[in-house]
Amino acid sequence: MPDAREVPVGPEVRQPVVTPVRVVVALCLVAPFVAMLWVSSYAKADPAFIGIPFFYWYQMLWVLISTALTMIAYTLFQREQRARKAARAEGGARS
Amino acid sequence: MNDGVNGVALGVFVFFFLAVTVMGFLAARWRKAENEHSLDEWGLGGRSFGTWVTWFLLGGDLYTAYTFVAVPAAIYAAGAAGFFAVPYTILVYPLIFTFLPRLWSVSHKHGYVTTSDFVRGRFGSKGLSLAVAVTGILATMPYIALQLVGIQAVLDVMGVGGGEDTNWFVKDLPLLIAFGVLAAYTYSSGLRAPALIAFVKDTLIYIVIVVAIIYIPIKLGGFDDIFHAANEKFSATNEATGKPVGALVPGDAGTWTYATLALGSALALFMYPHSITATLSSRSRDVIRRNTTILPLYSLMLGLLALLGFMAIAAGVKVQNGQLAIPQLFEDMFPDWFTGVAFAAIGIGALVPAAIMSIAAANLFTRNIYKDFIKPDATPEQETKVSKLVSLLVKVGALVFVLGMDKTVAINFQLLGGIWILQTMPALVGGLFTRWFHRWALLAGWAVGMAYGTIAAYGVASPTQKHFGGSSDEIPGIGEIGYIGLTAFVLNVVVTVVLTVVLKALKAPEGVDETSPGDYTADAGDKGVSVELPKVGAGH
Repeated sequence: MPDAREVPVGPEVRQPVVTPVRVVVALCLVAPFVAMLWVSSYAKADPAFIGIPFFYWYQMLWVLISTALTMIAYTLFQREQRARKAARAEGGARS
Repeated sequence: MNDGVNGVALGVFVFFFLAVTVMGFLAARWRKAENEHSLDEWGLGGRSFGTWVTWFLLGGDLYTAYTFVAVPAAIYAAGAAGFFAVPYTILVYPLIFTFLPRLWSVSHKHGYVTTSDFVRGRFGSKGLSLAVAVTGILATMPYIALQLVGIQAVLDVMGVGGGEDTNWFVKDLPLLIAFGVLAAYTYSSGLRAPALIAFVKDTLIYIVIVVAIIYIPIKLGGFDDIFHAANEKFSATNEATGKPVGALVPGDAGTWTYATLALGSALALFMYPHSITATLSSRSRDVIRRNTTILPLYSLMLGLLALLGFMAIAAGVKVQNGQLAIPQLFEDMFPDWFTGVAFAAIGIGALVPAAIMSIAAANLFTRNIYKDFIKPDATPEQETKVSKLVSLLVKVGALVFVLGMDKTVAINFQLLGGIWILQTMPALVGGLFTRWFHRWALLAGWAVGMAYGTIAAYGVASPTQKHFGGSSDEIPGIGEIGYIGLTAFVLNVVVTVVLTVVLKALKAPEGVDETSPGDYTADAGDKGVSVELPKVGAGH
């Protein structure tokens, strides 16, 4: 039994590090950096929203956008991890 | 301000304070494990927290009382520049999404309690691990002190802080009591106490923010009027500098500062020992990733809270000490009983992070100084005992800091702490992804970053202070004004990379790496990563 278990350890099923899904995940995670660090794109007062200058509501809106992006990244990543685990299990790794 | 004690507010405040005190002591029995005398139990809550507990714990940990007081205070004083806290917290989550799960996995597999444990295991260098541990402790101490400053602000506005002429003991007695209680239940319950109290803290905070953000603008005539009043205040000329006192929107010169502060602070946040302690106490790798999708709720709250700074201006709050602006706004605007709720939220908001920070600093001392250098054969019981004692010492130190020195000293050190802690990132995050860096190069990079950051921060003057007047300075080579911490970090990385190439060419001895690639992706339930804590033997 222990021997059978030792088999999966190590790079037996080489899976690619970069996959299309991972590229999308990376983009979702990088987008907030581009948006937030490009300060001059939002350093202005107009248009205001219910009296709040653009500068403030735009950044608060990005809290929601970045949350949505992180959720997408999380879901995609989870799905891929599960698929990988299944693939590994099929390779006789674990029941 | 000190026009007598606000009885109703004080009553409500005391009620909540007593309630969380009881909770703090009862927390020791919450999810009690068999192996009660280990550092995993006391210092990491048995590594057993699920998504929601972790969410409350991290939220309670990162968004401290000082944050609630200081962020709106910065807005109140200077406007837009203080709002960088929002992009900063936006950037934190995508960042930790990528590296924290790896840290969780390798820590679970090898029984690491602190970041220094990992650095030692990865690079086989006690020196590097000591550097990380000392940086962590140094950065955390003033942070704890600032939590006290937060409580003090509330007590002052309630009128129990005493005037200038009161005897120092009477003046500081409420603070001493609050801290004594905090120290006692942290000692007895460990990380479980703040985890449980965080539920109360965050619930109160959310209620207060929602009420404040709806109720106060209605009373002040809407956001139009609020921002109009703010604009008027910021257009006035500062007599000391000849420039406007603030701005509603950062000018061209301010954009670099704004962006580098946001990025540098985001990188630094999860280098702080208390963030890592809360992270490692979670039950599985997935809990962390899931939390990165729900933690931004706190960022939204922080943004709303920041707007309170403008409301304080519109409401005509006039305080000498900007820290008192928000407590004073609450007292002016809310009925007494709700003022009490709001103050309780801030007060309890100080206790939770102070507890976690002292535990985190204590764990660092125990694991990476006491065990590595003083008593290598310490048993888990001894480790826990030392950690408990050190958590007390750390808190007493913070108290002495606040009572004995000027408040600005704590703030200056907190500012330095942020710059310092960022310098541990190459070893920690770099180490999570690659073993390429040489341990001596990392140590040299750290030293350069620390030295540059400290000297640069010392040289910053402001109209009120000759040294440590701010956290931004000219970036050498670029000429724009940017966050010193980030500049130091870039220097640090450059030194590390160059020296690694040199040392590799010279074939300098590499330390032994006790981790293997699979350790970084292991999850609870995998082989060798039991849901229960791993045995932490003397071999580590």
